[in-house]
Amino acid sequence: MTHPRLAAEFTTADALQSAVDALAREHYRELETYAPFDMPELDATLGRRRSRLGWFVAAGGLAGLIIAYGIQWWANVRSYPLYVGGRPAHAVPAFVPATFEGMILAASLTAFFGVLIVLRLPKLWIPEDEIDGFSRASVDRFWLTANHFASDLDRDHAAKLMRSAGARRVIVAGD
Amino acid sequence: MTTIPIPRSDPDPNGSRAHAQLERYPIMRELPDEGTLTTQLLAPLWTSHPAWKWLFLASGALSLLFLFAIGVTFVRGIGAWGNNIPVAWAYAITDFVWWIGIGHAGTFISAFLLLLHQRWRASINRLAEAMTLFALVNASLFPILHLGRPWFFYWLVPYPATMGVWPNFKSSLPWDVAAISTYFTVSLLFWYLGLVPDLAAARDRAPGRTRRRVYGLFALGWHGSGTEWRHYRVAYTLLAGLATPLVVSVHSIVSLDFAIAQLPGWHSTIFPPYFVVGAIYSGFAMVLMLVLPVRHVFRLHNVITRRHLDHIALLLLVTGSLLAYSYLCEAFGAWYSGDLFERYTMLTARTRGPYAAFFWIMTAVNVLTPQLFWWTRLRTNVVVLFVVGVLIWVGMWLERFVIIVASLNRDFLPSSWHFYAPTWVDWSLLAGSVGLFSFLFLAFLRWVPFVPVSEVKREQREIAWESAYVDRDGAMPEVMR
Repeated sequence: MTHPRLAAEFTTADALQSAVDALAREHYRELETYAPFDMPELDATLGRRRSRLGWFVAAGGLAGLIIAYGIQWWANVRSYPLYVGGRPAHAVPAFVPATFEGMILAASLTAFFGVLIVLRLPKLWIPEDEIDGFSRASVDRFWLTANHFASDLDRDHAAKLMRSAGARRVIVAGD
Repeated sequence: MTTIPIPRSDPDPNGSRAHAQLERYPIMRELPDEGTLTTQLLAPLWTSHPAWKWLFLASGALSLLFLFAIGVTFVRGIGAWGNNIPVAWAYAITDFVWWIGIGHAGTFISAFLLLLHQRWRASINRLAEAMTLFALVNASLFPILHLGRPWFFYWLVPYPATMGVWPNFKSSLPWDVAAISTYFTVSLLFWYLGLVPDLAAARDRAPGRTRRRVYGLFALGWHGSGTEWRHYRVAYTLLAGLATPLVVSVHSIVSLDFAIAQLPGWHSTIFPPYFVVGAIYSGFAMVLMLVLPVRHVFRLHNVITRRHLDHIALLLLVTGSLLAYSYLCEAFGAWYSGDLFERYTMLTARTRGPYAAFFWIMTAVNVLTPQLFWWTRLRTNVVVLFVVGVLIWVGMWLERFVIIVASLNRDFLPSSWHFYAPTWVDWSLLAGSVGLFSFLFLAFLRWVPFVPVSEVKREQREIAWESAYVDRDGAMPEVMR
């Protein structure tokens, strides 16, 4: 049996934070916050772990490094060696600048497109968009949604906690 | 809200000196609630300043001049410029090095200072990063125009051609291509990623359907959920971490164009750090030239305070002093080497040669003017800051000119010495590039949220925490410096 989700609107970040604290203390799960700015202080309470994007970026950077060096090696050592002024065809120091740039480029592209992929952006619509006034979450309102309840009673208790934390309004989404 | 009195009171006897500084020039002051702040910072997107249209048209006209000069260069070739032998590199390379250097301060503010947790960067980083992008647009055009046959510029890229002829990676020109294209791409991604939350705010505040749709398109469906912020934060910091070594590498590579040549005045190991310092220095000068009018016109005195100006001025003092040290090292190295040609170029040709006037103006401006900023009063005086910004901006162009032309025009063999004078095409390219920059920057001011709204809100929250802390204990926490 699924229960409608709860969405609460707060006017300050502090109110949102105390609501998150209150709900997390009572082990409510599947909480999501919406805020106009980053609030890393909520992560510990919500059990959010650090994004693992960094590993992908490191892998992307390594791939870029290998590709950039490989292109130079292929071009100037294997495919068309050019001997000028007694310099070796495989001139490692001369290959460093472009290799470094290739690494940075690939890592940055991985970071940028990685975050879009992880977050499934661009996203045309989310269910919360149906809530009237939800768009102020990007401006000056703070929203907390709770998506998992054991029962109606459980949900009503969560709504009470949200209100006592200072929610401006609590909406049962889907009503 | 528009004027800030400089407090004349003595520093708080109970607090530290840094605390007193903070009291006098906070990072943000009299900030309204989040809604009003958003309205204030997004207002320039919805209403045009009366002067904007005329400035936009004027800069557009100057950009057309740029286009025309580029056309002339395409049709008539490099012969349309004043370049000769031995002065094969002149205005175009000067403009290239100058513009790319200017870009460096933008990345320094947006990436380097982010990693160092410098809070004051928040209000001005978007503007500075936009400066980087537009400076790079200009910078990347000049070497291409200088190729002689600019329409074959893609030969510099290692694409799988049927001819099987590849770029020579032992030459510094392909390094430049790698450095500049990477720098532009990374700057663009970093800038755009930082913009996404603000574009979402613009989408949700936009009057009218069209604007809502356009900003909505660019906001990528950002909602500011905790999950989004969690990944976003890491991606943004990683891009900053990648952009920081990148910015150091770019002007180092540009300086290698010179340093790996045999020419006296170029062939020097000091070039990479010397160029990077000069780059950041010239960029901060231009940041001042842009921030001061923007702050005044859009009444941003509450988010760009005298604290910001003070910090930029201090950075000018630091980088200016490092640059002065580099000048000294360069001259000393030439003298100490005992090499006849090095000594002649650095000690005689520069100081008494045909371009000596430029050398002395450059030295005076770049070495002396930042020394004004030992005085706090001058660091926060907007008129002084603006004038110094313009002077250094020009002084750094002269520096690039002196390094390039004054070294080339008198090389080893006196019989091949030749004077260089620019033609109207050279001048048009220089003026036109300033026009294109202004054109792009004015478009940016009109249609893009140029103060990072969400970052300012975040800073506001942290400042509120910390001021509560200060009030209670009377001491300033470490993070507030």
